[in-house]
Amino acid sequence: MIEVKGLVKSFGPTIALRGVNLSVPEGQFVTLVGPNGAGKTTMLRILATLSRPTMGAVKIGGHELPQGAAEVRRHIGLVSHQTLLYGDLSAEENLRFYGRMYTVPDLNARITLVLEQVGLAHRRRDPVRTFSRGMQQRLAIARAVLHHPSLMLLDEPYTGLDQDAATRLEAVMSTVGTEGRTVVMTTHDLDRGLAVADRVAILAKGRVTFEAERAQLDSAAFKEAYRHYTQ
Amino acid sequence: MSYLRKVIAIIAKDIAAELRTREMLSSMGVFSILVIIVFNFALELTERQIVLIVTPGALWVTIVFAGMLGLNRSLAVELDKGCLDGLLLTPVDRSAIFFGKALGNALFMLVVEVVVLPLFVVFFNVPLIQPWVVLIVVLGTLGFAGVGTLLSSMAVNTRAREVMLPILLFPVAIPELIAAVKATAGAMAGLPMFEWQQWLSLLIVFDVVLVTVSFMVFEYVVEE
Repeated sequence: MIEVKGLVKSFGPTIALRGVNLSVPEGQFVTLVGPNGAGKTTMLRILATLSRPTMGAVKIGGHELPQGAAEVRRHIGLVSHQTLLYGDLSAEENLRFYGRMYTVPDLNARITLVLEQVGLAHRRRDPVRTFSRGMQQRLAIARAVLHHPSLMLLDEPYTGLDQDAATRLEAVMSTVGTEGRTVVMTTHDLDRGLAVADRVAILAKGRVTFEAERAQLDSAAFKEAYRHYTQ
Repeated sequence: MSYLRKVIAIIAKDIAAELRTREMLSSMGVFSILVIIVFNFALELTERQIVLIVTPGALWVTIVFAGMLGLNRSLAVELDKGCLDGLLLTPVDRSAIFFGKALGNALFMLVVEVVVLPLFVVFFNVPLIQPWVVLIVVLGTLGFAGVGTLLSSMAVNTRAREVMLPILLFPVAIPELIAAVKATAGAMAGLPMFEWQQWLSLLIVFDVVLVTVSFMVFEYVVEE
């Protein structure tokens, strides 16, 4: 599904990614962890077609980026620490707008379904700015899955949530957001990242320095590897 | 047809958000009224000939400064909560996003102008409500909103975006504004059309050039 080879991204003199190699087969959940400034968000923005690679090859679903970006966008759902929602519009208006942009068939029924799935059907007509942070993130999941994406990109989705809201979001994510999809998630939360993943990778100083199947790791070993590879 | 639906969806979204908050229209409207009042009392125009010379300039100063407020607000809304990223993630041609935002901005400017033109008639006693003047105002607004949308999407990512937009926009828009002021003056004074037709033609040319260049480079401006 995703093939990244020798990916370099620089912003002027600052090099954010220094030759990243990563392969994610279809249907796999990969968690990418790393310290602040490691390049996680840059990496996800490139996969989401929001940023162009400086060098290297990125292929998603057989489409090379940035040339095939328009086709790739149909298949991507992004949930980040920003909700990508208009605060002055209601939940329903937000979903209707994005549904039109993605040309989602039978949009009314689809909006009703995803709102029910994320537990916000009763607030569908309320402006998003009146929602709590946790509710906004759940609505962000509804927005991201509205067009049935096969690839979900999750950029620190739990940022700013308290424990209860994070647990609820995790439940929604596993049933609505990620089930049956290829997923790449970045997070600082090692335990949560390991718990949901099929495979974990550590990104440090712009490179993937460690990769392992979840089955081969327990929490202690993962934390030890994180300490070792991010020093 | 699908392309047009996307453009309309973006405009409808902006209208829905504005109807809920009325932040953009109210700030543009109040600002315009204040500028007209300031011009009226500062200039104290009594001689008819001078009124006809000064009013077109005052009108376009009001329009562009009010438009600037709207442009800043319009793109700031897209930046909030990463909505611009949300738009760019959709499988929609970048030019559709540009036209949606530009036409939305132009629409809000035109709504304010519906108030501004009669106020100029009342305060300055000039014949602004006539077909040619209205056409010139619409053309000038479309060009200004087009290039303004492009440049505000550049300025919005800078730290001093409110300051940056006029610095970027005025040098680019000045030729179009000069043509708009001259054409407005000619049409308003009731001069024979051949005396100001070249300014109208120039305005149309600037509109076409500014909007074409803007939609061609928009993709490169909004992507990293």
